[in-house]
Amino acid sequence: MVRVLIPSGALGLGYDRAALARGIAMRPDVIAIDGGSTDSGPHYLGTGTSKYSRNSTKAEWRELMAARAEAGVPLVIGTAGTCGADDAVDWLLDITREIAAETDSKLKIAVLKSGQDAEILKSALKAGRIAPLPPASALDPDVLDACTNIVALAGAEQIAAALQTGADIVIAGRTTDTAIIAALPLQRGCHPGGAWHGAKIGECGALATTHPNSGTILIDFDETGFTMQPMGEGVRATPHTVSAHMLYENSDPIRLFEPGGYLDVSDAVYTACDDRSVRVEGSAWVPGPYTVKLEGARCSGFQTVSIALIRDPRYVANIRSWCDDIVVKCTAKAKARVEGDFGIELRIIGLDSTLGPLDTAAKSGTEVGVMGIVTAGTEALSMEVAKMLNPYLLHHPLSEDEEMPTFAFPFSPPEMPRGAIHEFCLNHVLSLDDPMEAFHLDVIEVGV
Amino acid sequence: MSTVGDIAHKVRSKNAGPFWLTVDVFCGTRDAFARISQGLDSADVAAALQVDPAVLKRFDLANLNVVKFSAPRPAIQGTRADRDMHGASFAVLIAELPL
Repeated sequence: MVRVLIPSGALGLGYDRAALARGIAMRPDVIAIDGGSTDSGPHYLGTGTSKYSRNSTKAEWRELMAARAEAGVPLVIGTAGTCGADDAVDWLLDITREIAAETDSKLKIAVLKSGQDAEILKSALKAGRIAPLPPASALDPDVLDACTNIVALAGAEQIAAALQTGADIVIAGRTTDTAIIAALPLQRGCHPGGAWHGAKIGECGALATTHPNSGTILIDFDETGFTMQPMGEGVRATPHTVSAHMLYENSDPIRLFEPGGYLDVSDAVYTACDDRSVRVEGSAWVPGPYTVKLEGARCSGFQTVSIALIRDPRYVANIRSWCDDIVVKCTAKAKARVEGDFGIELRIIGLDSTLGPLDTAAKSGTEVGVMGIVTAGTEALSMEVAKMLNPYLLHHPLSEDEEMPTFAFPFSPPEMPRGAIHEFCLNHVLSLDDPMEAFHLDVIEVGV
Repeated sequence: MSTVGDIAHKVRSKNAGPFWLTVDVFCGTRDAFARISQGLDSADVAAALQVDPAVLKRFDLANLNVVKFSAPRPAIQGTRADRDMHGASFAVLIAELPL
């Protein structure tokens, strides 16, 4: 039996301290926590930075490091620093060194990096080892060159290799959410379908329970399946909360693809052990070719955003034509005055800015906000065009024969540079002969 | 006339990675599941999300009283055309569909 303690769905999200203490008292074999995902958007992978504040991350990581020392078992984090790029791994490693120094701790740290080199991937592409996932098409090698960061998602094998070093702490770059939980049970011969299924149920911490914000859960893996129990006071896992979690952020609720195969839960049976824990058996692991998913982000321009607020009822009633007229006139003026490509978009907050053309039943209230978004190839050009947009957002009249109107600007200046913007541009898998060939594992001793 | 949202317990949408969107209709009861599973046309869901009906995936999960739809995102997450980084607002389009 392998007992895995999962403090919360992600480092930086917070958890119930009493629940974590209860979990430590249950003597887990490993503590596993996720550090991120793509869910916050392409900026983080594009820049190799973390979404969560350094101070929050350090505060929570310090508590988990203390819990690890008390339990005397490895602490594993996957997708460190939100995106799992090499720079983000180094960021968390720096924080770990600081804490070790402040607490006078001697630690062995395994650092697993998932960053990929574009030239090596271009050779792999030529050799037919990179394939698209739906809805992507065949990869253009220029896309690899354009990426500011490329990572491959490590699976259980790479995490197992890091654990085998005997490290106290494993700091891993991009991994699948499940791999950090499934690795030790798989390594110790637990049921593979149960290991992957339990890992999927546990990857978001207490999200698969009656109290999603309570954080900490404990999963026992064995030869036939797994048993999941929440650690929070009064928190319950039921066959419904556990089975429903297969829906979460999965396009397919039955099959989950991982490096080296897929999990199939068609025949899984969920049984309540008591009123708070659930036993699951019958999940299957179907082995397949060893592929790892690639993620990449590239810069797609620079943006400047301006916001104007419109309360005049006549303008609110005619806001769409007002915006359309501004885009036409300001685009023509800017084209005559600047070199280079740019785009001006006005989104109407309070009408349909959330869903755009999909919101066919949209209607506005007493006021609307107009968000001007200028995108260009350089930051300077995007600001230049945004400054040309300024007088329109402030004074543009609905008709020529009326007194000049003035609208509300909440700030001075109204132009807010967003800097470089990024986009995800890889939805492909890479075939590997050896799971470690695309990853880099180092062992570091601190406080020696 | 009732909508999906009137009958379902909850309608939720979320990214399933940067390229896919998934919508979970939690019907709550067996009766509500039967009404929604039989009454909600996949073509209407595809039209509401403005995606090709051929690429819309549908799962009618009687054991959970859930009807789930997945489709390529109307705009890839975080691109210039995307307006909702986490894909959470698309649920409203399905909840507002008449049954």
